[in-house]
Amino acid sequence: MTIAPDASRSASKKTRKLPMKQRYQALTRDLDWEPSYVDPKDMFPYTEFEGIKIHDWSKWEDPFRLTVDAYAKYQAEKDKRLYAVLDGFAQGQGHLSLTDASYLNTMKLFLQGVTPLEYQAHRNFAYLARHLAGPGPRFAALCQSIDEIRHAQTEIHTLSNYNKYYSGLHNYLQQHDRVWYLSVPKSFFDDALSAGPFEFLIAIGFSFEYLLTNLLFVPFMSGASFNGDLPTMTFGFSAQSDESRHMTLGLEAIKFLLEQDEDNVPIVQEWIDKWFWRGYRVTGLVAQMLDYMLPRKVMSWKEAFELYFEQQMMQGLFQDLAFYGITPPRHVEQALSEKEILSHQVYWVLYQFSHAAAFTTSVPDDEHMAWLSATYPDTFDKYFRPLWEKERRNIAAGGRHFVRGLPQLCQVCQIPMTFTEPGDPTTIAQRVSVYEGEKFNTCSDGCQWIFEREPEKYVQAWLPVHQIYQGNCGGPTLPDVLAWYGLQDGDSGEHKGSRDDLNWQRWHAQTPTGLGAEGEQ
Amino acid sequence: MSDTTLSAAQRLVGVDIQESETNRAVVEAIEADNPDCSVQHMPGLVRITCPGRLVVNRETVEERLGREWETHEFQMAIVTYFGHIKEWDDDEIVIAWNH
Ligand SMILES: [Fe+2]
Ligand SMILES: [Fe+2]
Ligand SMILES: [Zn+2]
Repeated sequence: MTIAPDASRSASKKTRKLPMKQRYQALTRDLDWEPSYVDPKDMFPYTEFEGIKIHDWSKWEDPFRLTVDAYAKYQAEKDKRLYAVLDGFAQGQGHLSLTDASYLNTMKLFLQGVTPLEYQAHRNFAYLARHLAGPGPRFAALCQSIDEIRHAQTEIHTLSNYNKYYSGLHNYLQQHDRVWYLSVPKSFFDDALSAGPFEFLIAIGFSFEYLLTNLLFVPFMSGASFNGDLPTMTFGFSAQSDESRHMTLGLEAIKFLLEQDEDNVPIVQEWIDKWFWRGYRVTGLVAQMLDYMLPRKVMSWKEAFELYFEQQMMQGLFQDLAFYGITPPRHVEQALSEKEILSHQVYWVLYQFSHAAAFTTSVPDDEHMAWLSATYPDTFDKYFRPLWEKERRNIAAGGRHFVRGLPQLCQVCQIPMTFTEPGDPTTIAQRVSVYEGEKFNTCSDGCQWIFEREPEKYVQAWLPVHQIYQGNCGGPTLPDVLAWYGLQDGDSGEHKGSRDDLNWQRWHAQTPTGLGAEGEQ
Repeated sequence: MSDTTLSAAQRLVGVDIQESETNRAVVEAIEADNPDCSVQHMPGLVRITCPGRLVVNRETVEERLGREWETHEFQMAIVTYFGHIKEWDDDEIVIAWNH
């Protein structure tokens, strides 16, 4: 190789790079070393206790062939694009072009329920980036760890634009740790964080990021796009573009574990069974968001479930995994059979308990009910319309319904007992297990199976209702608990006539441009 | 659902791409290189599915974009996918099922 610049090279504007594969090999894999004076078992102490057997870490594939320079370059570009949108939105009073103030209930739920999970994902992928014994997965986990903290930050920055004008967004971190419905996503993630590194890979890397990510995130983002929320759409797609890398990590993880040793197969299968059901229960919050909370509907939960789960996962992925002897998740039939009732049951609970939540709810209006009937012809008119009609009569008589008692929660998913017996949407299901002389309640066969597999773990669950009764949540009365939740006037209850609703009407009546709109504090 | 025993070559793979000016060229390139694909527009998204295999060729994208485009840049476009990423090198990205 010559050192003197030759004409043809200096004429070309591009410096010659190694081909992608070699660059990846040199910058990611070759920087690893064998320890010479430390026992590898001391260096990587957490890779054996779960029973997973790894023989050759170099077999881990990273199809993205990501190197640190390419990673930094494209992530910086993603952030630049996002912050340009945020600036324009803030300068142009963009919040006034949302479909309705009630749309932001979805974003309140997102900020309170999901953003803190991004941060937890950041932490645990940082742990994997240190403790997996191969350079390929370590680097992929490092990138994901940085992605996840970027997601947390960009979500907080994006939604802080709304906090200036709307309720329910001001105290999401405290609420994530304390409020009853947020214990659903929190306990899900805590379960994964307190597992070993390989179970975490299957729980979050595979089940959450591959199996369920489209059900969790794409509806939020399309919903944002359809309801005038440009900043959320932008952060969402910015985060989702990282998600395809996360999906790949999850999928490579499972293939790698299955290919390394046959003994890994039954362990991985049980993790898939467990984490499918854990994740699926969390998606109940997304289901009600799609069918009830979005003022302009994007697609129904049923359609999303059929498209993203039945078509892509059941008919695509699981056919592929059958090669390794992996079968579709246990209890998947139950999930499939619930697709026409899930969103209605979950929203009905949120509606009745929204006086104790950091979002607001309303009875669906006529147009909305017509949509629900048309979308759920076999279930809505039969089982759910009567509830709403009765509630309309309550309201006409001056009595909007809030439940004043506290519900029994599932020991595993922590959702109030609201789900019904398979094939019978009118009978609430409740399973009881006995462990060391005490009774534990679960909402379904799926949650019961998970409980009985690891009772010593789930008996430790921090159940919001139990904690209130034990006196750990600010005091014995409802106002005591709500104060401890960090809720303020305007955060909770009925949407119609709420502070956000009144402000919204005032801003839109006042001036055509809405310039100078200030929230009433 | 499990009665479907389609081979890896028949089962759908797909990719969702953010709707944007640059990405329009990417979508057009995918359509050109995958004659069997179908394209569906959703809010903010373009969803492309193909039976068995989907390929993104750098050269086709560059022709439509009128500038150089490295395959890493596909990360700016992709929102989600299903299938495996079978190949991702300087010239092409291939999504397919393995088995
Ligand atoms: Fe994330
Ligand atoms: Fe992720
Ligand atoms: Zn449960």
